[in-house]
Amino acid sequence: MDDFLAARSQMALSLGFHIIYACIGMVMPFFMAVSHYKWLKTNNEVYKHITKAWSKGVAIFFATGAVSGTMLSFELGLLWPKFMEHAGPIFGMPFSLEGTAFFIEAIALGFFLYGWEKLNKWFHWFTGVVVGVSGLASGILVVAANAWMNSPAGFEYVNGQYTNIDPIKAMFNDAWFTQALHMCLAAFTATGFAVAGVHALMILKKQHTDFHYKSFKIAAAFATVAALLQPISGDISAKDVAQRQPAKLAAMEALYKTEKPAPLLIGGIVDEKNKTVSKAIEIPGALSFLAHGDFKAEVKGLDQIPEDEHPPVAITHYAFQIMVGLGTIMMVISVTYIIVLWRRKTVLNSKWLLKLFVFAIPLGYIALEAGWTVTEVGRQPWIINGIMRTKDAVTPMPGIAWSFYLFSAIYFSLSLIVIFLLYRQIKMVPVLYQSSNTDSWNK
Amino acid sequence: MEQVVIIFLCLAILLYFLLGGADFGAGIIELFTSEKNRSKTRNTMYHAIGPVWEANHMWLIIAIVILFVGFPLIYTTMSVHLHIPLAIMLIGIIARGTAFVFRHYDAVKDNMQGIYNQVFVYSSFITPLFLGIIAGSVLSGQIDLNANNFADAYIFSWLNWFSISVGLFTTALCGFLAAIYLIGECKTVEDKKRFIKKAEYMNIAAVVFGAMVFFSAAMENVPLMNWVIYNKVGLTAVSLASLSLVLLWYLLLKGKTKILRLLAGFQVTMILVAISYAHFPNFIRLKGGEVISLYTTIGPDKTIQSLGWALVLGSLLILPFLGYLFYKFQQKEE
Ligand code: HDD
Ligand code: HEM
Ligand code: HEM
Repeated sequence: MDDFLAARSQMALSLGFHIIYACIGMVMPFFMAVSHYKWLKTNNEVYKHITKAWSKGVAIFFATGAVSGTMLSFELGLLWPKFMEHAGPIFGMPFSLEGTAFFIEAIALGFFLYGWEKLNKWFHWFTGVVVGVSGLASGILVVAANAWMNSPAGFEYVNGQYTNIDPIKAMFNDAWFTQALHMCLAAFTATGFAVAGVHALMILKKQHTDFHYKSFKIAAAFATVAALLQPISGDISAKDVAQRQPAKLAAMEALYKTEKPAPLLIGGIVDEKNKTVSKAIEIPGALSFLAHGDFKAEVKGLDQIPEDEHPPVAITHYAFQIMVGLGTIMMVISVTYIIVLWRRKTVLNSKWLLKLFVFAIPLGYIALEAGWTVTEVGRQPWIINGIMRTKDAVTPMPGIAWSFYLFSAIYFSLSLIVIFLLYRQIKMVPVLYQSSNTDSWNK
Repeated sequence: MEQVVIIFLCLAILLYFLLGGADFGAGIIELFTSEKNRSKTRNTMYHAIGPVWEANHMWLIIAIVILFVGFPLIYTTMSVHLHIPLAIMLIGIIARGTAFVFRHYDAVKDNMQGIYNQVFVYSSFITPLFLGIIAGSVLSGQIDLNANNFADAYIFSWLNWFSISVGLFTTALCGFLAAIYLIGECKTVEDKKRFIKKAEYMNIAAVVFGAMVFFSAAMENVPLMNWVIYNKVGLTAVSLASLSLVLLWYLLLKGKTKILRLLAGFQVTMILVAISYAHFPNFIRLKGGEVISLYTTIGPDKTIQSLGWALVLGSLLILPFLGYLFYKFQQKEE
């Protein structure tokens, strides 16, 4: 494996790993805040148990998110020093604000996890909310940094020099809002479906149904709302991409030739050598509409873009198909859930629906990773769109492949342990939350 | 604003050293605790650092962010030439943080605990060792921007006696800080005695490794003497550090544990001041005598302005909240 490829793979691996934990860290505090609130309001012990059970899972995810995030802030330099040398001062603003957000999050988490008996109960609840809000803020900020890579702003690039730097403008670049919105919704969709699915599974196994059904309802509420909004936000993103990164849009849709009107391709097999797509379903004019809001508009194909600026088409196209496909499935599940709930007031006796949620456990996360693949691979060969090429940014140190293997092994084993721990947490629910006296298990 | 940013950078490094250091030290102490006392040590430690460990490690992130936003050349030079020790340190951070949390939150307490403990104690040792090695390398003058082979560029930049001595010294200091910190957390006299013993050992280790730092500095042409002996501020700081050490032991024998922490913190601060004051604002010493200074690599004006404001406003939000966290969990549960 050559060093450049290794560096790219290591970056992708670390981010792909971090993002899962980060999303859980962003979203779970809100779920906990809801059940915590219900407990404080109704005094129903079950809600207290749910909050505690969730908070233990969150502590595990949080630690993993924090260490992998620390890793990332070094990795940007370890792998892409040339990029950071120039980009650091320009796109660093969100990172410096993010530092504050992380800090507040870490402090609030300390209060929340260890404050059960020590704090005023509403202050304690509030610290939980602070964890969520600052987590969400960090997510938005870091995505604004990434958006800058897609849509560089806040500087002038003359003769290889970066001048007239304005970090505030860089932060509020053209892409930050659409990307951040889509990302936050994705975090809620993915985590919501995963959590709801796990509790649905336990309901189907007839274990502690009251506990799991209450948990399921909270998670599913967030998941359905987010999944319904996701395609709308995705459509805004697509229009945005069409404006600022026509090469990425063309790769997403495997559009080799400029067409007017352009059809939307669903599925299909991409042949990068011959620049063709076979076996795809074509919807005439739909791409023109998606990209420009007009069924007759012209959509730029890859033929209008210099060959050496083409992103890898197949990966981008497949990843996009996966994301949109899964997004559609989750939207359909959400609609079904709402209808069933509205008709029957409960989903407990709709086994098929609960099974559908179990099936959906991994879907959100797969879509999330696919979405990032679209954004990142679709930006290639650029690390800063149109300004700096990824291969010019890579570290001069040889032997990155070893580092990649090593970190792959580490992340792989960490993932296994986290899954194992989570399995144990869930298995212990009946034991730990059987009686109303849970205080022996407070720490 | 330049000054503000630099002050925050120094503060973040210092606080990471003190708070993160005590945190690592707790693991080092566990490593050097006999099997029969381990679980007691572990409990004391858990109560002491459980609620604050995440926050303690945030100082590292703050320092790194200040570096890459404000002083990109320093960040990238370190990233390239100290890639290997940085990667090892990161592995340590990953292993330690996860093991600490996993061992506490594993719902089933079985022999997995043994594995978490092993990972935790060894990574608690490795991480500050390499942090120290990195700090030493930055000053060692062995980073060679023009090296044309792998070993010179990426290995000998950090694999030298000076860096390693600084690494060991750092590790011993962390252990010392932790022992002092934990003395104040003990509930029984017997426990207290154990930690006082630990503090003694760590203190001896720190003195031995400290001497090693001086020897290796002389061997490898690091003008350490010039910084700490022939410089007024350096000398004052070293003297204060030594004085506070004497005072610390005196108070310890007297059984006054409350202000020990402050003294230990003061002592470490003075050590840091001593080694960094004389060559401030130079941050990295390169092979061939060149230096990378904070002032020459500082980022563009607007960036420093907004970074400074972000830090000031951020700390207004953070510090009261953080202070309250420490305060709240300091209160002894009698
Ligand atoms: C649960 C996850 C999830 C789901 C269901 C969807 N997306 Fe997505 N998508 C993401 C998760 C995601 C993401 C991982 O969060 C990305 C990567 C970067 C970003 O801003 O969001 C993303 C990026 C992304 C981009 C590229 C944005 C850019 O490069 O700036 C487009 C055009 C879409 N999405 C469009 C859609 C559409 C039309 C969907 C219809 C259902 C959809 N997404 C569902
Ligand atoms: C969290 C979800 C993310 C995932 C899964 C992800 C995925 C990827 C992938 C697949 C690549 C390799 C692209 C290629 O070389 O073909 C990559 C590269 C990269 N990403 Fe991301 N990314 C994420 C977010 C971010 C964010 C938030 C940033 C920065 C703020 C970022 C910065 C980079 C950089 C610097 C590279 C290397 C250079 C490049 O390939 O352009 N990524 N990422
Ligand atoms: C789309 C990409 C990303 C998102 C949405 C995201 C979001 C988050 C969130 C919400 C957290 C706190 C929750 C937790 O600790 O579990 C977190 C932690 C962290 N992230 Fe990320 N992040 C992303 C990418 C990055 C990148 C590119 C970096 C570094 C350059 C980074 C650095 C960190 C650090 C240092 C932490 C630890 C903070 C702590 O100790 O709480 N993240 N991230």
